[in-house]
Amino acid sequence: MAELSYRQAVAAALAQEMARDDRVVLLGEDVASGGVFKTTAGLLDRFGPDRIWNTPISEQAIAGAAMGAAMAGLRPVAEIMFADFYATCWDQVANEIAKVRYMTGGQVSVPLVLRGANGSGGLGFGSQHGQSAENWAMTVPGLKIASPASPAEAFGLLAAAIRDDDPVLVFEHKALYGRKEEIGAGEQFIPLGRARIVRPGRDITLAGLSITVGTCLAAAGGLAADGIEAEVIDLRTLVPLDAAAVLGSVARTGRLVVVEENPGQLGWGASVAAIAAQEAFGALAAPVTRVSGGNVPLPVAASLEAEVDVSVPRVIAAVRGVLGASRLPGVSQFSASQQKG
Amino acid sequence: MRAADPGVAGPGVAGPGRAEEPRSVEPARTRPSPPDDRSVLAMGVPDDLDLFTQMCFLRRFEERVDSLYRQGLVHGPVHLGLGQEAVAVGAAAVLSPGDYSLGTYRGHAHALARGAPPDAVLAELLGRQGGICGGKGGSMHITSVAHGYYGSYAIVGAHLPVACGLAWAAKIRRSGQATVCFFGDGTTNIGAFHEAVNLAAVWRLPVVFVCENNWYMEYTPIGDVIPVALPAADRAAAYGLDRIVVDGNDVAAVRQVVGDAVGAARAGHGPSLVEAHTYRLKGHSAADGAAYRPAREVAQWRERDPLLLARAALGAAGTAAEKLDEIDEQARAGVADLARQVLARPAPDPAAAWADVWSDGSWQWRN
Repeated sequence: MAELSYRQAVAAALAQEMARDDRVVLLGEDVASGGVFKTTAGLLDRFGPDRIWNTPISEQAIAGAAMGAAMAGLRPVAEIMFADFYATCWDQVANEIAKVRYMTGGQVSVPLVLRGANGSGGLGFGSQHGQSAENWAMTVPGLKIASPASPAEAFGLLAAAIRDDDPVLVFEHKALYGRKEEIGAGEQFIPLGRARIVRPGRDITLAGLSITVGTCLAAAGGLAADGIEAEVIDLRTLVPLDAAAVLGSVARTGRLVVVEENPGQLGWGASVAAIAAQEAFGALAAPVTRVSGGNVPLPVAASLEAEVDVSVPRVIAAVRGVLGASRLPGVSQFSASQQKG
Repeated sequence: MRAADPGVAGPGVAGPGRAEEPRSVEPARTRPSPPDDRSVLAMGVPDDLDLFTQMCFLRRFEERVDSLYRQGLVHGPVHLGLGQEAVAVGAAAVLSPGDYSLGTYRGHAHALARGAPPDAVLAELLGRQGGICGGKGGSMHITSVAHGYYGSYAIVGAHLPVACGLAWAAKIRRSGQATVCFFGDGTTNIGAFHEAVNLAAVWRLPVVFVCENNWYMEYTPIGDVIPVALPAADRAAAYGLDRIVVDGNDVAAVRQVVGDAVGAARAGHGPSLVEAHTYRLKGHSAADGAAYRPAREVAQWRERDPLLLARAALGAAGTAAEKLDEIDEQARAGVADLARQVLARPAPDPAAAWADVWSDGSWQWRN
């Protein structure tokens, strides 16, 4: 057992996989220097310069080089320092990496990982460094998407991503990098595509990802004081999506609130909500509801940021709105706060 | 400085002394010539007659594709390499089976020159069973990994960073494999070109970037959209690379120059940027009549058709014209047979649309 921060867990996952498989190589801006978020700290000393390569500020070259190396049989892990920067290499990600296996009729595989800091979390990074960008990737068949919510998940999901034979984008939440957790001894591995029920409950299902798992847990704690038992699901990965876990939970609770940090416009929550509406309609006692980040570019001032970010009170309000709509016996009707998400 | 007008001062048109003569540039480093025992011919690479034979086949293959396209038998766009055969053939001649090469949407010739089976390439173009990409790539994505050809890429410039990655893997493994990456003149204006060439130079990757300068970025003369005379060669110095220009219609010259660059890559001397001057005999795509090109310019370049140049060189070396005619006739007949055979094939099974998404054979994104 050791207590690791989320950022240390990332470095530990990289070290675990680099030690296990000498095909695993790292590249990215400042990664040999430990990385601006210290997620590659110590790896150069341990594994040497053949395994960890600093790059210029050239995201297209980084993503493309990862793709070429993966096609040649290595298992590159490329750091895209901020997820917002996917916009600068989107051709490589969306048109090349995602599609080359398919377009060549399976002549190549692309076992690579693109990873880096994602999300707002109220840190004031603003519109170009604070976005939650999982949605961008989720529109493109051929990419897997993992978003760890805890140090243990940062460790286990990254290990699984590196071992996966297909391209995986790992979105590390920058507001969670300092979060600490006891991690068991021995090899860490969490398979992609398996959600986790982090809190059981009978009245309503809250589905979160990455930082919003904590938001959901905090909301569930607040609701419990009112006798409302919310079940919280940590999706862990968006592709593959463990839809069965959500549908199974909704079958028990009859209610679903999906909580995503990104703007609601075509957010991943819309896909989850649509699946529930189509496939669990008979079990639903109330409309599926989404709580999302505001449909605005992200502001910086803390008061403005708080206005548009997902928050515990907004989740609680949404839950009360759902419970009101479903007229749960013994629960009074609350109106949800105005939803701009 | 305005770029050279391809119709007036283009390579091979205006003759010796033209502006494209490689000028004296302080070399970024000393590049040794390959030792004699590794000269391309000593390595058992194809001789001039082999190269001519390959070029004839590519010419007749592409002409047939053009004809099939006009008959509505090709599904989707096609970009023909007619007139640019010498670059593909000359470069492929110096590559070993384990080497990597990549090309663009104008990539049929590059795949075939590495040894991709012509029937599988044609089946891919015609949407028939046995297509080299299973019908999922089409003309713009012809790939033959088994022959070292790691793909044709349809987003301009996208594959230069990918070439860096292949070369990076070879460098890490110290495998001695070279990577050759073909692209057009228009590519030199897109960011990926600059990111990739810079990375290759900084990391000293064993990659040879070969610019096929056919003087037009789609419908626009390249000279209208670059601030230098030559799109690739005049950018080389920015990356600490030598300025290398070759007559891309002279297959032996391409073999020599690319061979030197590949030798340098294998020897650990880092990347090269080669600009090969050539001309497409048809439009940007098969749907383009290329009316924007002056007739005189086209006529001048037709006189420097790579097949004509190769015939002249072989003739001067003593090969009988009848022999060359016979080779060309065999190519025509072979391609005609090929087309008949592939056209007789059925379409791919629709179920194949769901294969090759994930490596485990599945396509589902959710359970």
